[in-house]
Amino acid sequence: MPTYVSPEKCKGCMQCVNICPSDIMHIDPVEGRAYNIEPSMCWECFACVKACPEGAIDVRGYADFAPLGHRVVPNRTPDRIYWTIRMRDGSTKEFSFPVRRGKWGSIASPANEPAPDAEAVQSQLLSFEPDYLAVEVLPTIASSAPT
Amino acid sequence: MEDGVRSAPQVVDCDVLIVGGGFAGCGAAFEARYWGRDLKIVLVEKAAIERSGAVAQGLSAINCYMGMRWGENRPEDFVKYVRNDLMGLSREDLVYDVARHVDSSVHLFEEWGLPIFTDPSGKYIREGRWQVMIHGESYKPIIAEAARAAASQVDEHVLITHLLTSADDPHRVAGAVGFSVRDGTFRVYRARVVIVAAGGASHLFRPRSAGEGWGRTWYPPWSTGSAYALLIRIGAEMTQMENRLVVTRFKDGYGPVGAFFLYLKATATNAAGENYEVARRPGLRERVGAYADATPLPTCLRNDLMFREIQEGRGPILMHTERVIDSPEKETVAWEAFLNMTVGQAVTWAAQGTDPGKDPSELILSEPYVLGSHAVCAGAWASGPADLASGEYQWGYNRMTSITGLFGAGDTIGGSAHKFSSGSFTEGRLAAKGAIRFLTDHPERPPVADAAVESMRSTIFAPLVRFLAARPKITTGSVHPELLFPDQGLHRLEKIMDEYGGGVGSNYTTNDHLLARGLAQLTHLKEDLGAIGAGDLHQLGRAWELEHRVWTAETVLRHTRFRTETRWPGYYYRSDFPKVDDEHWHCFVNSVYDPATREWKLFTRPVRALF
Repeated sequence: MPTYVSPEKCKGCMQCVNICPSDIMHIDPVEGRAYNIEPSMCWECFACVKACPEGAIDVRGYADFAPLGHRVVPNRTPDRIYWTIRMRDGSTKEFSFPVRRGKWGSIASPANEPAPDAEAVQSQLLSFEPDYLAVEVLPTIASSAPT
Repeated sequence: MEDGVRSAPQVVDCDVLIVGGGFAGCGAAFEARYWGRDLKIVLVEKAAIERSGAVAQGLSAINCYMGMRWGENRPEDFVKYVRNDLMGLSREDLVYDVARHVDSSVHLFEEWGLPIFTDPSGKYIREGRWQVMIHGESYKPIIAEAARAAASQVDEHVLITHLLTSADDPHRVAGAVGFSVRDGTFRVYRARVVIVAAGGASHLFRPRSAGEGWGRTWYPPWSTGSAYALLIRIGAEMTQMENRLVVTRFKDGYGPVGAFFLYLKATATNAAGENYEVARRPGLRERVGAYADATPLPTCLRNDLMFREIQEGRGPILMHTERVIDSPEKETVAWEAFLNMTVGQAVTWAAQGTDPGKDPSELILSEPYVLGSHAVCAGAWASGPADLASGEYQWGYNRMTSITGLFGAGDTIGGSAHKFSSGSFTEGRLAAKGAIRFLTDHPERPPVADAAVESMRSTIFAPLVRFLAARPKITTGSVHPELLFPDQGLHRLEKIMDEYGGGVGSNYTTNDHLLARGLAQLTHLKEDLGAIGAGDLHQLGRAWELEHRVWTAETVLRHTRFRTETRWPGYYYRSDFPKVDDEHWHCFVNSVYDPATREWKLFTRPVRALF
């Protein structure tokens, strides 16, 4: 469903431009506000909607199959996302799901681990293995044979 | 916008270059840093890695997890499943390798903060035998955080157009070139080793959606076949490129079916309420023999049953959500399956007024896609791990392609099916470790010829130069006698592939004559790529995405023509060779394009069973 932008709310901050995986949210050079330059290459991924600090971006279902009169609105916080869905008959549904446990920015570089030795480099083990496999040894099997 | 044409190139010298920041690329960055503490590791992505690649939107399940610690599955079990699902054809060494390592990746994800559904004892809740359920809205940003912590440098909004080869050896990779889609600078990456972790291909075939909904494809519109085109053009050996994927999805919104079939145990029927998968099984057995008795039934054969049901006039096919959603908890599971990963399906339900607790929903078969990470395995022919592979499956470094120093992961690697998100991340880790071992043995920095780089600069920016030169020949608009614009070229590609290559418009059916016609028309399109015009940097990006798709598409048609059987009914049909032909075709179809002679070579490689 292609995105559209409220001219009252958009401040032209570029967050949607930076996050859009399809490179279709751009700033109108005259208006100074964001707009979807290529709705037919929109995947309805909501990345821009979630990223907009002003709540300026909304979506309207694809014209080729979605009747008008609906809304799907996310409110993403650091640990949960809240969805409000307005159905065609005007009724609403609300859902909320966790998005992350722990703090954003808490993942350390694997370089913080003790350096592996030369033998480990030559082995089939990956980083954090075998510990993180949670089994004693990495499984293997005899070399493949022709069928 | 002409900066890249005029200004000095921005050159980056690095040890490890990773092309593409999806799951495979993020896994590669993480693992490369663990083994290569002092190396310069550069990750290049055309968008922003928090929301790029096939998992940009999120996911509602991890589809590849063994659960070895709970004794749920062994890697051998997974190999048997994949062997069966791919109708016998997979690289079992690569499949086993992903399976034996994937649990460690998923346990890292959990530690990093991904909310996985667990029971009170902490055991993951299964959606199906291989799937675990997640609250995966932020799956990609979490994985991106790990990649950022590991990489020396993440260059975003840079589109890689070509790989560079060594001035001394055309079969040795030496880096990559591209441009910034933001400022138009020409980017040159000179690297000792390159890991391509780019995307598979949507929009090769005309999608079912129309007009404004053109972007409503199952795989994202930004997956443009770079995973293949980058490699094909420098002569890498490819495999299984005819193994395109058609998926069963909720109609129009393309919502996933896994949570409904596997977790909620919903069934699908034809319009008369008949469970057609059961009723039509005898007929399937007549067409494909013992494959019809496999458990679970291979993905392509389930498609085949639905396809014939619709063809024979018994549609629509209905997913009976209303028979299984009998509590608020199950209703929440149903909506979350969409809201985490395909919000558009939630929009479709809202717009059409569908209450899944009361109404069934239509299912449909999608247009075809080409990728290496789902129930399908197109991609590069790669070396396997030394303890599992030998002979023509192994040449020194895990996940190295036939090009020296060029590694791949995720959609890039062929034969390695059913990786999904966790397996693609794992394959990125495997490729990175193989690449580090390669660097240990190969301290050299391959030379890059300045003249070759300059030549690529001209090539990359030609569509902008061409547009400016030819622009005054028309008043305004998009109809030009000398220029083809990227969206026009993409429409032509989709029409060719749909009508000659077995898309939805031709009932997934093709034959030798149609494929020959399709290849002839693709040749014209390739000639017209020399007339692509781009009025701005966005269009320049679209021009190169089209180029990557066209090269991928040509390879798909060549492979499809070479395999004179119908190996995967439900993915595509050869009307001239309608049977599964194990006697002649229980093997891989591989190809190599020679950039020096511009000739293609197609040949077979054996399928070897691990056990």
